[in-house]
Amino acid sequence: MMGISKRISSIKFALLSPDEIRKLSQVKVITADTYDDDGYPIEHGLMDLHMGVIEPGLRCATCGGKVDECPGHFGHIELAMPVVHVGFVKEIKMFLDATCRSCGRIKLTDDEIRTYLPEIQKMDFETGDPEDIEILTKKYVDLASQRMVCPHCGAQQSKIILDKPTTFREEGTNVKITPKEIRERLERIPDDDLIFFGFNPKTARPEWMVLTVLPVPPINVRPSITLETGERSEDDLTHKLVDIIRISQRLRESRDNGSPQLIIEDLWDLLQFHVTTYFDNQTPGIPPARHRSGRALKTLVQRLKGKEGRFRSNLSGKRVNFSSRTVISPEPYLSVNEVGVPERAARELTVPVIVNQFNIDDMRELIKRGRSPRDQFGRYVTGVNYVIRPDGRRIKITDQNAAENADRIDIGWTVERQLMEGDIVLFNRQPSLHRMSMMGHTVRILPGQTFRFNLAVCTPYNADFDGDEMNLHVIQKEEARAEARIIMKVQEQIMSPRFGGPIIGGIHDHVTALFLLTHNNPRYTHEEMVHIMAYLEPDILPEAKIENGVKYYYGRDIFSTILPKGLNVRFRSKLCSGSSEKCEFENDPSDTYVEIVDGKMIHGTIDEAAISPFSGAIIDKIFRKFGSQEAARFIDRMTRLAVGFITYRGFSTGISDYDIPESAVARIEELVAQAEDRINKLIETFRLGELQPAPGRSVEDTLEMEILSEAGVVRDESGKIASSYLGLKVPSVIMARSGARATMLNISEVAGIVGQQSVRGGRLNRGYYNRTLPHFKRGDIGADARGFVRSSYMTGLSPTEYFFHSIGGREGLVDTAVRTSRSGYMQRRLINAFEDLKVDDTREVKDTVGSLIQIKYGEDGIDPTRSARGRAVDMNYILFDEEKR
Amino acid sequence: MAKFNVLDHNLVPEHHIVPEEEEKDILKELNIEKEFLPKISPNDPAIKALEAVHGKIKEGTIIKIVRKSPTMGHSVYYRVVASEVFK
Repeated sequence: MMGISKRISSIKFALLSPDEIRKLSQVKVITADTYDDDGYPIEHGLMDLHMGVIEPGLRCATCGGKVDECPGHFGHIELAMPVVHVGFVKEIKMFLDATCRSCGRIKLTDDEIRTYLPEIQKMDFETGDPEDIEILTKKYVDLASQRMVCPHCGAQQSKIILDKPTTFREEGTNVKITPKEIRERLERIPDDDLIFFGFNPKTARPEWMVLTVLPVPPINVRPSITLETGERSEDDLTHKLVDIIRISQRLRESRDNGSPQLIIEDLWDLLQFHVTTYFDNQTPGIPPARHRSGRALKTLVQRLKGKEGRFRSNLSGKRVNFSSRTVISPEPYLSVNEVGVPERAARELTVPVIVNQFNIDDMRELIKRGRSPRDQFGRYVTGVNYVIRPDGRRIKITDQNAAENADRIDIGWTVERQLMEGDIVLFNRQPSLHRMSMMGHTVRILPGQTFRFNLAVCTPYNADFDGDEMNLHVIQKEEARAEARIIMKVQEQIMSPRFGGPIIGGIHDHVTALFLLTHNNPRYTHEEMVHIMAYLEPDILPEAKIENGVKYYYGRDIFSTILPKGLNVRFRSKLCSGSSEKCEFENDPSDTYVEIVDGKMIHGTIDEAAISPFSGAIIDKIFRKFGSQEAARFIDRMTRLAVGFITYRGFSTGISDYDIPESAVARIEELVAQAEDRINKLIETFRLGELQPAPGRSVEDTLEMEILSEAGVVRDESGKIASSYLGLKVPSVIMARSGARATMLNISEVAGIVGQQSVRGGRLNRGYYNRTLPHFKRGDIGADARGFVRSSYMTGLSPTEYFFHSIGGREGLVDTAVRTSRSGYMQRRLINAFEDLKVDDTREVKDTVGSLIQIKYGEDGIDPTRSARGRAVDMNYILFDEEKR
Repeated sequence: MAKFNVLDHNLVPEHHIVPEEEEKDILKELNIEKEFLPKISPNDPAIKALEAVHGKIKEGTIIKIVRKSPTMGHSVYYRVVASEVFK
């Protein structure tokens, strides 16, 4: 089905005149009722058949069309009295301000009119720049509004005050100008004067901004819903229109039978309220109209505006077919390029296949299987849900008609077959903050109810498994499938365009496992080695070394089996990332560097710096030297090896990991006591007024700064003492030092002291009058009273410390909450600003108009994805490779 | 206080007026019409600083901007003095 392509040459905005509204209208609505007792639309009611049909079986009284044929038609309501249109209050004010209250002329002198007329006549209202026209008209209106005597009839003018949202009155009086009077004034303005307001009298007379007739939108725009109970529920717009008609009727009756002026005015105001809320139910200054349940009504403006409005929710973005969403869970035995799809999802999701002479037999075979075929072992095999005839008719395949339809298909038909292993799909986790949030995966159909994928791709999606859900989209066209395979597949996204390094790599246990496997090069017997490598399906076994007649396999040799031949890398491990040449954690000084020559690991320890996202030097090098496929293979095998090893070896942590000797505890306590003394001394000097302020700071600031730095020093020192007793045998330290998870700071918080809590970079100082908690004296600024936590997580916090810790922790939570919403909005603005920029083959950046933005992309023409962490070339890599060749 | 010349600040890139006779070559090299070049406001502080030396700069003058770049050493950028003042 091809759409009709048409080009919009111009858009014209105008006001609807009452006559035009009546001409548009197919029916005059006079009754506020909708349906009669039989459920049939009442004539001249709000659901009159002239305005369209929404019930099957009925025909439109205007065009005779059935439900899907009739586009709907407008009706109209004759308002008993005129009311102001909220959308034009500003314009009405402008007209009242700038024209004479008695003769209706614009308050410009004849001379001024003579000079300005040619100026404004030069402007073409249809093609001219609206901004330029506005500048001119604003000048005229401002000039005319200031005049307090009409230059034409000499009548004294008075200033018009707008009582928001819709009432006007003259300054000095308390009597409002009724909409009727406003309309009369606007009517008096001659056509010739309208040009000075930027109005074209043919398309927009000012009095049309005061409504006497209200258009009633077609029923298709405000369909009623029938609940299961048979009860009818009307659309919010219909409700609002009912109100308008009711009040209009009462107003007409009261006026005609001569009710007191007061009652008429009240009803008139009520009509104004209803018409106003019918347009915009969030008009400032008036309470929103509510449903009986208390929910605010969604009227015209609310339908269009904002994130849930028609534009952002239905036109810029749409819901799609061929997609599914479910909870995610990990599956280390899948490749990074794969995604595990549950059977139930696979049976629903389909790929269209056009039948041709080459596949017709295969397609017949597929269709014969029906909807839920299984093989002899009860495993999933692909079936067919629908076949589509060349004329577009869909035939649903059931187990009964499968055989018959298999014979019917011919070349040119389309078969919608179920998902198959190896199909490429798009996999996505929201928020989609970068291009790696949506990548191409090949399908593996697995038992269970969740989507599954390799843990190495958690990082680009920013996913974890605490209940996260993800979306999957099945690609429907060959071109898209090709693009997904070539540019969207996970392996093609290993390098991040943000920093030119890998964004996919080993995390948590992968890092721990390979650290344990390679640090100090432990050896394993043949049996152990087989257990470790069982899931690898290795082509070659690691080289064995015979010691005392027993075959041993070394950790680094086992790791070398997953490295591609020809790989040369040399880098510093994270463990030895300090500045000095020798590393305190390695027995052999040469292990400071990880050295891999021709795919064989010789020195060092594998840790975060080698295999992790963001840093992984080995992944980086493999990707650059051997390409995406080899890099993906390395990651697959690396994760399998790591999981195999750590399940064989076992790894756990517990509270006893943090036990440090009594003597150490005593030393930390002493350190804290000393620091407290120093802090008290500082406070003492401050109290005596003897504290020397630091340059550019007040005495108070200096004191706070000094105390804060003292508190920082104790925490660091006690951390040092604690960690000196916690060596690389302690699981938590292994995780921290290898970069798998947590930092040494976290460990010193558990074993040493938690330290000073802070809010906005300073010590805690809020809460009660001159104190943080009622447990302290007013004005106490000592360490304990201002959020210093001297306990460790292991010993537990005192009640006041616990409160302080919660206060400090809350700041972090608030920060993240504020940050996400703010950065989200910033990103939206950036995306809208950049959406049509394009880099061409000469690396020029241009927009759709053709304006040059950058002469070379990024001013240097470097693709950050292919750069070496932002640099065009990496000499280290090249030289090290060269040396070993 | 003596008025500071913004062009002397080390975060402000070099700005040069392109002589009219060189304009053609530059536009040809970039393969672009003058109107599609990026604009610079006539009241931009850098333009004001140039005007203090060279006198009034006409609208449509091409300004060559040379920026320091960690990857390229320096990169050249061109802007055209716009007719209207940017807000």
